Amino acid sequence: MSITQKDVEYVARLARLALDEDEVAVVAEQLSKILDHAARVTGLDTEGVPPTAHAIPLSNVVREDEVRPSLSQEQALVNAPLEEAGHFRVPRIIE
Amino acid sequence: MSDALWQRTAADLAKLISNGDVSAVEVTSSVIERMQEVEPSVRSFVTQTPEAALATAKWVDDGTAGPIAGVPLALKDIICTKGIRSTASSKMLENYVPPYSATVAARLEEAGLPMVGKTNLDEFAMGSSTENSAFFATHNPWDLERVPGGSSGGSAASVASGQAIWSLGTDTGGSIRQPAALCGVVGLKPTYGLVSRYGLIAFASSLDQAGPITRDVRDAALLLKAIAGHDPHDATSLPDPVPDYVGVLEEGIDGLRIGVVKEISGEGLQPGVKQRFEEAVGLLRKLGAQVGEVSLPTFEFGIDIYYLIAPAEASANLARYDGVRYGLRVDGPDVAAMNAATRSAGFGPEVRRRIMLGTYALSAGYYDAYYGKAQKARTLVIRDFERAYRDFDLLVSPGSPTTAFKFGEKTEDPLTMYLSDICNVPTSLAGAAAISVPCGLSPDDGLPVGLQFMAKPLDESTMLRAAYAFEQELGFADKPPMWTSH
Repeated sequence: MSITQKDVEYVARLARLALDEDEVAVVAEQLSKILDHAARVTGLDTEGVPPTAHAIPLSNVVREDEVRPSLSQEQALVNAPLEEAGHFRVPRIIE
Repeated sequence: MSDALWQRTAADLAKLISNGDVSAVEVTSSVIERMQEVEPSVRSFVTQTPEAALATAKWVDDGTAGPIAGVPLALKDIICTKGIRSTASSKMLENYVPPYSATVAARLEEAGLPMVGKTNLDEFAMGSSTENSAFFATHNPWDLERVPGGSSGGSAASVASGQAIWSLGTDTGGSIRQPAALCGVVGLKPTYGLVSRYGLIAFASSLDQAGPITRDVRDAALLLKAIAGHDPHDATSLPDPVPDYVGVLEEGIDGLRIGVVKEISGEGLQPGVKQRFEEAVGLLRKLGAQVGEVSLPTFEFGIDIYYLIAPAEASANLARYDGVRYGLRVDGPDVAAMNAATRSAGFGPEVRRRIMLGTYALSAGYYDAYYGKAQKARTLVIRDFERAYRDFDLLVSPGSPTTAFKFGEKTEDPLTMYLSDICNVPTSLAGAAAISVPCGLSPDDGLPVGLQFMAKPLDESTMLRAAYAFEQELGFADKPPMWTSH
C-alpha cells in the first residue's frame, strides 16, 4: 500500500490542513508505512462479523425534554478568538 | 515519623488528616515545597496552581472534610478545569480557560482534594513518551535522560517524583498504564463508561477513559471510587452502582484463575522485562492463583485495529478546532484559508499525522477496507476476550514491552512509537478494565517494570484485589534516586 503525495494533498484538503511540500513527502512515506502495518487487518476473516462502534451495551440514551442550566451566551463566547455583538465573527463566507 | 509528608500514600495522609494529626495545609505545603525543589528537573506540570491548592486545603481544615479530603492531586491537562487554563499540551488550546469543569475534576474538588497543577501530556494525548507536548518534554524521575512514557507522562512523573500524592490521567490505548509502568507507579484504566468523560478534551470517544495514577493499589481503589459512577452529562456513562473497591482488597488471590496472554508475553519483550514478568507470574502461583497460558490470536492485530479506529475518531473530534469558537485563530483571506492556517499552526506533527490517517481511513473508497474492517476486527478482539474469560478470571501481561527509553529514540519512526502500546491497546478496544502495577526493576537497566492485570468489563474489584495481593507479596519499595527529602 503506497500513499502518494497526491493522496496526502487530497486528505490534507479534506482535513483543512495546509502542508508545505517537504511535509507532504514525509507524511506520504510515514502514512504508507503505518497503513502497510495496519492493513494486516484486511487478512482477518470477518465474514458475518458485526462491527463494534462502541464496546458497551448502551443505546438510545434519552432524557426528559426539559430546560436545564447550561452555559450563558457570555460564557460561551468567553474564549472566542473574535466576537461581535454576542456572536462569533468569521471571515466573509458568501461572496 | 521518618517519611516526609509528600512521600506518603494518599490513604496514610487521609487518615492523618481526618485524625487531626496533620492539617491539609501542612500536607499541601509539603507537596508544594517538593514541587519547587524537583519540578525544574522533572517538568511534569504545564500549569502549577499552589494558591488554589492551599485555598482548598484551608477549606478542608475549616471542617468540611470527606474521607479523602486534603490529599493533593495533579490533573492531566486534558481534563477541563473551570477558570484554570486547560491546554491538552497543544498550541491550539494554549490560552484556553474552560468555562466549566469536567465531572471528574468537579467530583474531586467537592471531595476536598487540593489540586496542585495540570500535568504535561503528548498533545491531545497522542503519543507514548510525552515528547509530543507542544510545550516541553517531561523527564522520567528514575533517569532524567529518559521519557516518562505517555501520554499521561506528566501525571506519572509527578506521582513518581513526589510532586503530587496522586493524579488522574486518561487512557485511550495505554496512556495511563504505559507511563505508570515506565515510572514505577500504579495506573488504572477503568471500564469504558464507568468514569464520566464529560469535560475531557476528546481524542477518540469510543476509547477515552480517565483513571487514577497512584503510589499503590489501595490509593488507586480510593481514587477510582471517588470518580466512578453515572453522570447524566455523559450519554456513554453506565448506570451501574459503584462497588466498594477498597473493601475487597484484602480478599486475596487464592483460587483465582489467571491467564498469561501468549501473544504478548514472549517475543518482542526486553529481556529484563520478560524476566521480571515471569517472576511475577511465579509469585501469582505462589499466592495460590491457578495460572495457565491463554491464546488471544487477535492481540497481535491490536495496534493495527487501534490505528485505524482511534485516528478516524480523532479526525472527527478535532474538526471542532476551526478558529471560530475557541482556541487559536490564524487569519486568512476566507474561511477555508483561516481554518487551514489555524489548524496547521495549532496542531503539532503527530496530531496532524493522525488527523490525516483518520481522514484517509474514513474517505470515500477506503472506508470499508479500513475503518469498516477495523470495526469488525474490534468485534473479534472482544470475542477473544470473552472466550478467554470462560476459563480465566483475569489475564496478565507486562504493562509495557520495554522500560523507559531515551529521548529521541522513537521519535523518527511513528510506527516504532505506536508499538510501545502493544500490551495495552486490546483492553481499550474491548472497553475493559486494566491496571499496571510495579513488578520490580529490570536487571538490564535498573528501571521499573510493570505487570498488567486485565479484567472483564466492570470487574475492577477482582482486578484490584489481585493487584493488591501481588503488591503486598512483592513488597516493591524501590524509589527513584531523587526520592530524598532535603
